[in-house]
Amino acid sequence: MKEELYPIYKRPKYLVREPMRYCPGCSHGVISRLIAEVIEELDIGERAIGISSVGCSGRSWRYIRTDWVKTPGHGRTLAAATGVKRVCPESIVWTYQGDGDLASIGMSESLHAINRGEKVTVVFVNNTYFGATGGQLAPTTLIGQPTVTYLSGRKAEDIGNPIDVCKLFSVLDSNGYIERVAVDRPTHIIKAKAAILRAFETQMRGEGFGFVEILACCPSNLHLSPYESNRWVGSTLIEHFPLGVYKEPTKKEE
Amino acid sequence: MAKRILIKGNHAIGEAAMRAGCKAYFGYLITPQSELLEYMAQQLPKRGGVFLQAESELAGSAMVYAATATGTRALISSSSPGISLMQEVMSCTAAAELPVLFVNISRGGPGSGRIVPAQSDYFQATRGGGHGDYRFLVFAPSTVREMAEHTIDAYDLAEKYRMPAMILGDAMTGQSMESIDEVCLEPKRPPIEKPWAVTGMKDYGEDDPRTVRHLVLNHPYTDEELIAQNIRFSEKYKEVEKKEICWEEYHTEDAEILIAAFGIIARFAKTAVDLLREENYKVGLFRPILVWPYPSKPLAELADRCRAILTMEMNEGQMVEDVRLAVNGKCPIDFHGHGGGYYLNPYEMADLIKKMYFGGDKR
Repeated sequence: MKEELYPIYKRPKYLVREPMRYCPGCSHGVISRLIAEVIEELDIGERAIGISSVGCSGRSWRYIRTDWVKTPGHGRTLAAATGVKRVCPESIVWTYQGDGDLASIGMSESLHAINRGEKVTVVFVNNTYFGATGGQLAPTTLIGQPTVTYLSGRKAEDIGNPIDVCKLFSVLDSNGYIERVAVDRPTHIIKAKAAILRAFETQMRGEGFGFVEILACCPSNLHLSPYESNRWVGSTLIEHFPLGVYKEPTKKEE
Repeated sequence: MAKRILIKGNHAIGEAAMRAGCKAYFGYLITPQSELLEYMAQQLPKRGGVFLQAESELAGSAMVYAATATGTRALISSSSPGISLMQEVMSCTAAAELPVLFVNISRGGPGSGRIVPAQSDYFQATRGGGHGDYRFLVFAPSTVREMAEHTIDAYDLAEKYRMPAMILGDAMTGQSMESIDEVCLEPKRPPIEKPWAVTGMKDYGEDDPRTVRHLVLNHPYTDEELIAQNIRFSEKYKEVEKKEICWEEYHTEDAEILIAAFGIIARFAKTAVDLLREENYKVGLFRPILVWPYPSKPLAELADRCRAILTMEMNEGQMVEDVRLAVNGKCPIDFHGHGGGYYLNPYEMADLIKKMYFGGDKR
């Protein structure tokens, strides 16, 4: 008997049917897809309001087909998320931010929103560069890693060490979930999706914030092929920014 | 008889905003507006709203922007240095066409200056203090009663035109307590539909996701979209300038000398006009109630009939530029004023006018 055909892989409902304008090999495409899959699987598309940031991650509203509010200014993303969530507590508010937005110009807004335990989901894409503007040094750029503003590489005595955002946020006493994942290889991508799912579920259960840092690659600024870029993420970047759960939310009392 | 209440200017703004349906306040402390922050902290949660003390004006203004994007009436207030910090968000607010209401209980500058009354933020408020071509609706209350009334009008007008608005008060109007008719705190018009509000697709269907944004990205290889947007904004601002000018004239019918003043200084000037009229000096007052759009046309008409216009402000001469633009050389324009806490009482104003235009106290 012939088995009926059924799709095992398709475009997620909330992924826009148009070519993405990210550079070839960029991780943003993979991450966008994971988020769209999670939104569909949790059936929260109707309640989801995304807050997009500035830079490459600021293009996210073009590709994920939900409601969006663009952050008013570079780095104000988690403040804007706070504004939406506080007045629309039933909505599922989530941000899509790069390292420059979340950890450089928006560090104050990020830190305070996490400290308040805002019930929002944060997808934090760490590719160690200000990508859209041409590869300047980001707060997460590694020691010795060259950038267009520090051609001979980052030096701790000049501009400080890279900021480990998961470690920093995990010392705050607010309730939430923090995990660092990567999207450099299929096994990591599967884990990254599970973490994004959990970050949304943490918000939906009212347990606090859900924060996922995703180690990503920026081949254009690494000046490596997409394959070599992912190899770099999988070896060098993971070595400096260890993967894993940094904070477990305390379960909400029933 | 209408019920009268004794209320502080800063509180009147908050009370009027809440009665007009304000459901969210995000702010940061700064003298001389902190009473409004405190009033909202104490009142808003009790009345079904959201209060949050933001970590900075940067964050607070982003919160009020986002709350307004959901169609909620929200409020943020600050004073001059804090308003400077909000300029980036303000520019985005104008670009995203969000009817956000900002309150500036301004103080003396530049820099941190002092917490004294001043009108030195006139340029910043009326020219669009942030980057890019944009305007705010700017209300300049001169009394506590107007603080309340303008708050309600600002919400209505901002939503009508989908543009941000500002209450431009000062330390004196903010800190003064006055008795006002309670009815001044009540909304006058029913709320309007907000077909742009982002509340989740459950409210308008999965075929129609909504985006509030200020970044032009639809056609990455052409300038057409941004040019078209700027032309549309410009046309909107022209329409507002045509339809929404608002001003007060006092004894202008036969005035030889016209005082032009806004806000609290206009209130002093009104008393000065009374004092001068008692002595038969033909002096009148022209007071813009909205300082953007500026009431240029009625001022130009008055300039045809008077000998000179004296602009009085609590700054080094800012609105006087709008007076000159409006009058366009039809009569001489003088200026008197300083920033940083300087002002004349009505008697001093009357003496100054007699000295400047009537050869001293001769009559």
